[in-house]
Amino acid sequence: MSATLTDLGIAFGRVAFVMLFVLNMGGLLTWVERKQSAVMQDRIGANRASIFGLRLFGLFHPLADAIKMLTKEDFLPARADRSLFTLAPLVSLVCALVAFAAIPFGDVLRVGAREVPLQAVTLNAGILYVFAMLSLGVYGVMMAGWASANNYALLGGQRAAALMISAEVAIGASIMGVAMVYGSLDMMEIIRGQGRPLFGWLAWIPAWGIVTQPLAFILFLTAGIAATKRIPFDLPEGESEIIGYFVEYSGMKFGMFMMADFVETVVIAGMTTALFLGGWQVPYLAADGFSFPWGATAPLAHLTVVTLQVLAFCLKVSLMCWFLMLVRWTLPRFRYDQAMRLGWLGLFPLSILNVAVTGLVLLAWRAP
Amino acid sequence: MRFRQRFYLGEVLIGLGITAAHFFANLGRHTARHVFRSKRARGAVTFQYPEERRPYSPRLRSLHRLVRREDGSPRCVACMMCETVCPAHCIYIVAAEHPNPEIEKYPERFDIDLGKCVFCGYCVEACPEDAIRMDTGILEFSSYSRRGMIYAKETLLALEPAGPDGNPRSPIPIPADRVPSP
Repeated sequence: MSATLTDLGIAFGRVAFVMLFVLNMGGLLTWVERKQSAVMQDRIGANRASIFGLRLFGLFHPLADAIKMLTKEDFLPARADRSLFTLAPLVSLVCALVAFAAIPFGDVLRVGAREVPLQAVTLNAGILYVFAMLSLGVYGVMMAGWASANNYALLGGQRAAALMISAEVAIGASIMGVAMVYGSLDMMEIIRGQGRPLFGWLAWIPAWGIVTQPLAFILFLTAGIAATKRIPFDLPEGESEIIGYFVEYSGMKFGMFMMADFVETVVIAGMTTALFLGGWQVPYLAADGFSFPWGATAPLAHLTVVTLQVLAFCLKVSLMCWFLMLVRWTLPRFRYDQAMRLGWLGLFPLSILNVAVTGLVLLAWRAP
Repeated sequence: MRFRQRFYLGEVLIGLGITAAHFFANLGRHTARHVFRSKRARGAVTFQYPEERRPYSPRLRSLHRLVRREDGSPRCVACMMCETVCPAHCIYIVAAEHPNPEIEKYPERFDIDLGKCVFCGYCVEACPEDAIRMDTGILEFSSYSRRGMIYAKETLLALEPAGPDGNPRSPIPIPADRVPSP
């Protein structure tokens, strides 16, 4: 009985960690977006929200935003489909939130006789799960576009669907290369594979995905940015021309769409980290401590190793989020036809080529 | 587009380099300012407006003031030049006989409707007595009513010219009907 309770507690803890991490990162990203763009553009950025005169560099602005959105009118257009209209932001946000569940944030944690994989759910096809959840998110967007009874919203929803399909195809095809190199669809296995050293005289470099699959990294990142529907691929929104699928939304329903975009950014950052940047791997850190290629070793306790790994994962995800923000505040928007051409004539053939070349190299590698 | 540019990637990386360079340079300046208390490091080119005003040019045409004589009475002799030249018809003067025989007239009323004023500065140029100037440096005059935009002689007489940095030295005159935000 107590064993079941402990199991339940552990499962709850794993989910709670991922949930809190993703939600907090998503909330924090609204602040990062404002401040980082300001610093990049020689400005100060939002700094007026204060509690008892305490401003903390504008860190209260996400809170102020939440209060504002919760107290605003929850508007429902007269001819809108009530149930779909209400369901759409939920679908969008939930699909983005649950996508992170299969991304491991640490290696196996041993507590007594138990082995706890640091991952919200252990899936042997984790990649496909994340991929599927990201694709499902587009249903929310399309529902919003359709249910609003507004042509601009419908246009935005259609654009979103077209963009997501062209991006998802490239994401799926570029991930295939990674799955082939590490021989698994389980994210935990892929990250373990990235801890191994490279071959020959390059053995001092850990075999992270960015080293073994550089082309896939670029393709995945580009398609991933497109999947978050943010600038330079914000054509579903197109704020200067059609406003997009959430044109009729107000209050917290709009807030959920906005939040979904930020959460998707975190998910893409997490997936890039897991597949290409070694996930929770710290260079030269094995399960029993550091062992450097020049022979030096530094044994560490199990708990220290796991803590370092979790911290490394959080750091890598934060850095990726920073990079995605940098891209978002640097590039102008692609035109609709340009985005389609990039997706179908650029990313997709290149990722197929990447899969073919990877297959040939692997075949030649393992033949003798 | 050149061949190199058609691939986007190189150009995108150059662009990211520029913005990232701005980011880290400004981040360093902000750190110097907040952590090491450096007075000179400014990580931004913007001004935090209500607390921090950008230096105004001395030529700036701001809120009018009526220049005073040594005894505090207006230098204005109510010649109506400014009222005549004003393209917006925003000046209203009622002239009266001055007790001093050496001065012919004085303005009994001198109202400027700032809601109509276009800040052309013709009144300042037209004035033969140098009695009206637009050098207070005050730009924040607003009201909840049209009536409140009409500034009377007493208000305009009380104003001081701006300081050497162009910032106003006299308090911003608040019209009587401008209640605090509802």
